[in-house]
Amino acid sequence: MFRNQYDTDVTTWSPAGRLFQVEYAMEAVKQGSAAIGLRSKTHVVLGCVNKANSELSSHQKKIFKVDDHIGVAIAGLTADGRVLSRYMRNECINYSFTYESPLPVGRLVVQLADKAQVCTQRSWKRPYGVGLLVAGLDESGAHLYYNCPSGNYFEYQAFAIGSRSQAAKTYLERRFENFMDSTRDDLVKDALMAIRETLQGETLKSSICTVAVIGVGEPFHILDHGTVQQMIDAFEIAGEQEGPAAEPDAAARQEAAAEQGGSTDEGVAPMDI
Amino acid sequence: MKSDAINVPQNEIAAFLYFSPLSTKCFSAPFTMTKQQANWSPYDNNGGSCVAIAGADYCVIAADTRMSTGYNILTRDYSKICKLADKCVMASSGFQADVKALQKQLAARHLIYQHQHNKQMSCPAMAQLLSNTLYYKRFFPYYSFNVLGGLDNEGKGCVFTYDAVGSYEKVGYSSQGSGSTLIMPFLDNQLKSPSPLLLPAQDAVTPLMEAEAIDLVKTVFASASERDIYTGDKLEIVVINADGIRREYMDLRKD
Repeated sequence: MFRNQYDTDVTTWSPAGRLFQVEYAMEAVKQGSAAIGLRSKTHVVLGCVNKANSELSSHQKKIFKVDDHIGVAIAGLTADGRVLSRYMRNECINYSFTYESPLPVGRLVVQLADKAQVCTQRSWKRPYGVGLLVAGLDESGAHLYYNCPSGNYFEYQAFAIGSRSQAAKTYLERRFENFMDSTRDDLVKDALMAIRETLQGETLKSSICTVAVIGVGEPFHILDHGTVQQMIDAFEIAGEQEGPAAEPDAAARQEAAAEQGGSTDEGVAPMDI
Repeated sequence: MKSDAINVPQNEIAAFLYFSPLSTKCFSAPFTMTKQQANWSPYDNNGGSCVAIAGADYCVIAADTRMSTGYNILTRDYSKICKLADKCVMASSGFQADVKALQKQLAARHLIYQHQHNKQMSCPAMAQLLSNTLYYKRFFPYYSFNVLGGLDNEGKGCVFTYDAVGSYEKVGYSSQGSGSTLIMPFLDNQLKSPSPLLLPAQDAVTPLMEAEAIDLVKTVFASASERDIYTGDKLEIVVINADGIRREYMDLRKD
């Protein structure tokens, strides 16, 4: 995409019928670090790659619990994502308060999409620069949706967004037909494999990824680093290097243990306001 | 001479205007205008009593399960106790519709807190929140008389007692509701700690063991049921300690 005279305002159409500002917002999603989601009949798994700015800083929070039955993973401008997840949390709480029952996921994504659309039709606003993978469970089963900055939303069996997501998508495309009947653990394993695809050769460790699960009888929760590392080791999907599997595993385990003792999500100052 | 005390109109139209509500004239007997009183109240009292006792490492919260209106019983099996957080439980007597609305408000606020802070609200924090929520409706209050009980951050029992508009105090024990006038003096006799004005500050929590406190609660409600018509049917006891929360029931007089 190149600069042109129709891309200054979100309220300016191009002669070809495009809104360039909206398309630029979708570009912002592609710049963010990868997030993936996949679902079976009873479970949905979200995963994302956590890159910290430097070794000194904490990593960005990219997976948010919205309610016991809904969670969201974001890619793009994480500040926009934080604001939208606060909106989603409020909507869930208000719906619960009025109807004494959980907000159906399909309703929530429509509300989110409408909110995003408003920003594509006001000259004093800009589109949200974040893509959301909404994972939820309601009476009609397990669902995974993708919400665009454009205000569109789609339901998926499995999807990946963010940088190098094509690699993950290729992996998922090969395997998705089996997902519906997958067990929970297999689903998590597939999620970890998909995350590894986006790392392009880098070793998969629990310190650089986050995995969250929601399912029947299992409220939305983020798996702790110890569990994730165990799964990585159990499925032997750390990285390309085979051979002396004992050493990298032991080192990784030590790292995970230090991580747990030092700072877990609770130890780091909560950035959500 | 025709000197009427009041100028009574002599024709129909004037009479209509004179005697109708449109008229602004004030005049004495035989017609007396008095201020219209409300014949509907937004409040009702569903009765019942609540008690809470704080111990060194536990807290007992109890309430009867009778819900009444006027001289009738609506149900014998209604819980006045609500778990607000992991270590925080509230018992409320008064107008149960307001109580239900208050419980829902607090539950929603607690969810928001958990999203923002990644942890459960402590009992003292919830106590302050309850006070603020009640005062928010200072000019159309929740008709709800509350006792909040739980464990504080150190695992020690704590009880907070409220009035309808949010004035609250941390105490070692308290009772609210229709039977409170019968219950409170007895608790004072059994549990009263030295005056808080004495220095050094003494602990308000009772040195009683958990089982003794539960026994005391049962005794207290059995007595209140004898004389308070709104208290009876069943007693629900909730005990919070380091192991978690557990519930017990005891039958009370059903008359």
